[in-house]
Amino acid sequence: MSAIDQVFQQLRSQGRKAFIPFVTAGDPDLDFTADVLRELGKRGCSLCEIGVPYSDPIADGPVIQASYTRALERKIKLREILGMTARVSREIEAPLVTMVSYAIVYRHGLEAFVREAKETGVAGAIVPDLLVEESGPLAEICRREDFSLIQLVTPTTPRERAVRIADASSGFLYCVSVTGITGERRSLPPQLLENIAWLREQTELPLCIGFGVSQPEHVQQLAPVADGVIVGSAIVRRIAEAAVHPRDHVLADVGRYVESLMAALNPDGAA
Amino acid sequence: MHASSHVPDAAGRFGEFGGRYVPETLTYALDQLAEEYERAVKDSAFQAELDELWKNYVGRPSPLYHARRLSEQCGGAQIWLKREDLNHTGAHKINNTLGQALLTRRMGKTRVIAETGAGQHGVATATACARFGLPCVVYMGEEDIRRQAPNVFSMKLLGAEVRPVTSGSRTLRDAINEAMRDWMSSVETTHYILGSVVGPHPFPRIVRDFQSVIGREARSQSREQLGRLPEMVVACVGGGSNAAGMFYPFVEDEGVELVGVEAGGRGELPGQHAATLSFGHPGVLHGSYSFVMQDEDGQTCDVHSISAGLDYPGVGPEHSYWKASGRVRYIHCRDDEAMAAFDALARNEGILPALESSHAVAKAMELASQRSKEEAIIVCLSGRGDKDAAEIARLKGNAEFGMRSAE
Repeated sequence: MSAIDQVFQQLRSQGRKAFIPFVTAGDPDLDFTADVLRELGKRGCSLCEIGVPYSDPIADGPVIQASYTRALERKIKLREILGMTARVSREIEAPLVTMVSYAIVYRHGLEAFVREAKETGVAGAIVPDLLVEESGPLAEICRREDFSLIQLVTPTTPRERAVRIADASSGFLYCVSVTGITGERRSLPPQLLENIAWLREQTELPLCIGFGVSQPEHVQQLAPVADGVIVGSAIVRRIAEAAVHPRDHVLADVGRYVESLMAALNPDGAA
Repeated sequence: MHASSHVPDAAGRFGEFGGRYVPETLTYALDQLAEEYERAVKDSAFQAELDELWKNYVGRPSPLYHARRLSEQCGGAQIWLKREDLNHTGAHKINNTLGQALLTRRMGKTRVIAETGAGQHGVATATACARFGLPCVVYMGEEDIRRQAPNVFSMKLLGAEVRPVTSGSRTLRDAINEAMRDWMSSVETTHYILGSVVGPHPFPRIVRDFQSVIGREARSQSREQLGRLPEMVVACVGGGSNAAGMFYPFVEDEGVELVGVEAGGRGELPGQHAATLSFGHPGVLHGSYSFVMQDEDGQTCDVHSISAGLDYPGVGPEHSYWKASGRVRYIHCRDDEAMAAFDALARNEGILPALESSHAVAKAMELASQRSKEEAIIVCLSGRGDKDAAEIARLKGNAEFGMRSAE
């Protein structure tokens, strides 16, 4: 059983939901990313998603794009990111998951990527541009290494296809809330809850909802149907402030924000 | 390995290249496009409508012209020009946009988006959309908007909205990213008319098929005018749509040598050129597995070409397949060589070629000089150079043209 499976098993037994923050590795630098991850761990996040900056992220909105551009301007390398996860994964309880383009995984070598990521304490990967049809070779390696390969379903995914994707996914199923790119939105689409309820009937996998989730009201809305929520742009936007504001203030701000969402997600209080 | 013309397979693979590497959100639209295209190619009414548009709206067939004075100057093989520059809108791009506009209508989609580099595909898309009454948004890098201003005006006059792209290198690659992002949100009502043989399946196949009218015509014109097939066919390669359309009908003609010319830019150092097949590696970019200019971490490299249409760090998967199989030889041509070819064609034949096409002309002239006078080389003159006149004047130094310097 992978580290991610264990997290969800424990949460389910406690009747609790996972809060999964997303941070861009290396924005503004890897030391600060490590500090943010420690802060998120301290606040009780269940898993942390680490965005590996990519030059051509077509699924990302302006906030995450800009964070990738800033990190890449500093010539950040995958091996440095894994160096950071090696340090942080020993210090925090929450498993780390990378969000990484297939362009990067392929160039690094599928086998080498999975092995090195695992060695540095990373528990799984979300590869947003790897469709289930093309995922065979990587999925095979992930299975062998007990490394989760988290697949995505979206509002445009036909139902029989969604079942196929769920079958191929491990760790959890990433349910994209909207037809579109990452970024904060005022409200979530009305069919979302119904779609999640349907998926629930099809798979045992934990269902985590991301894209557009940024406010306590969203989280409250999703808590009854989801196993977890993923919040990215709203956190990345706050972290970007570290370029101009004192880092301890930014850390505290991120911590407070995350705590407000976590309170909405699991209203019965801390663990 | 023998290069087959029975590619791609159902998964969009040309040998090992191609496929589909995109976010899940787009799968539905790509499947829908692939299915509709299958139906369309079996529908004689579809092909008849496209043929009629090609004939009476575009002005096809485009002539195959014997460039005698240019050939004489090279002192070798005879150079023949496939005159795609004479098409309506001045380039080969319209062949594809009309076909995809018909597909848009068949799918019941009501809005079109496109990317453009040199602006030729943007103009051709805006034109097709005006013709079919479809609203059209064209994404174009800020750097390209500057260097291809005439095409920006044309697109606006045709009723399209031109959205400047300010991310990354502000060129074609970033315009594709931005068009894909638009499509991520609008996929249910919008068709993305991709302009080259790149991107996820089924785009490389659809664009190649629509552009193959170039090679089919050239092949039969060659039989008619030369009494045989040419010894060599030359075309420029950025994403590779004019070359794919030109080469594809000749793939099984083993006696015809096929030569693709990439942008050699200022030199062979990284960042100085856009010669992806010459210097790149197999990898993933813009939804397909093909040669790409990447660093060792998989990040796309900045590239350079004097011509906006070739300034692209990737290339269509079928070209990678042809390279791997040895069917097509890929070489590169520097900026200054392309400029010299532009002058040579202008002064000897009275034709202003697009800077993209000038790359093919330059290498065809060089290759012609090494061949006998009995041989024939067909060059795809993919577009006309009016759009480049101001940029060339700027590069040559405005004084020569009686203009005041910008300084």
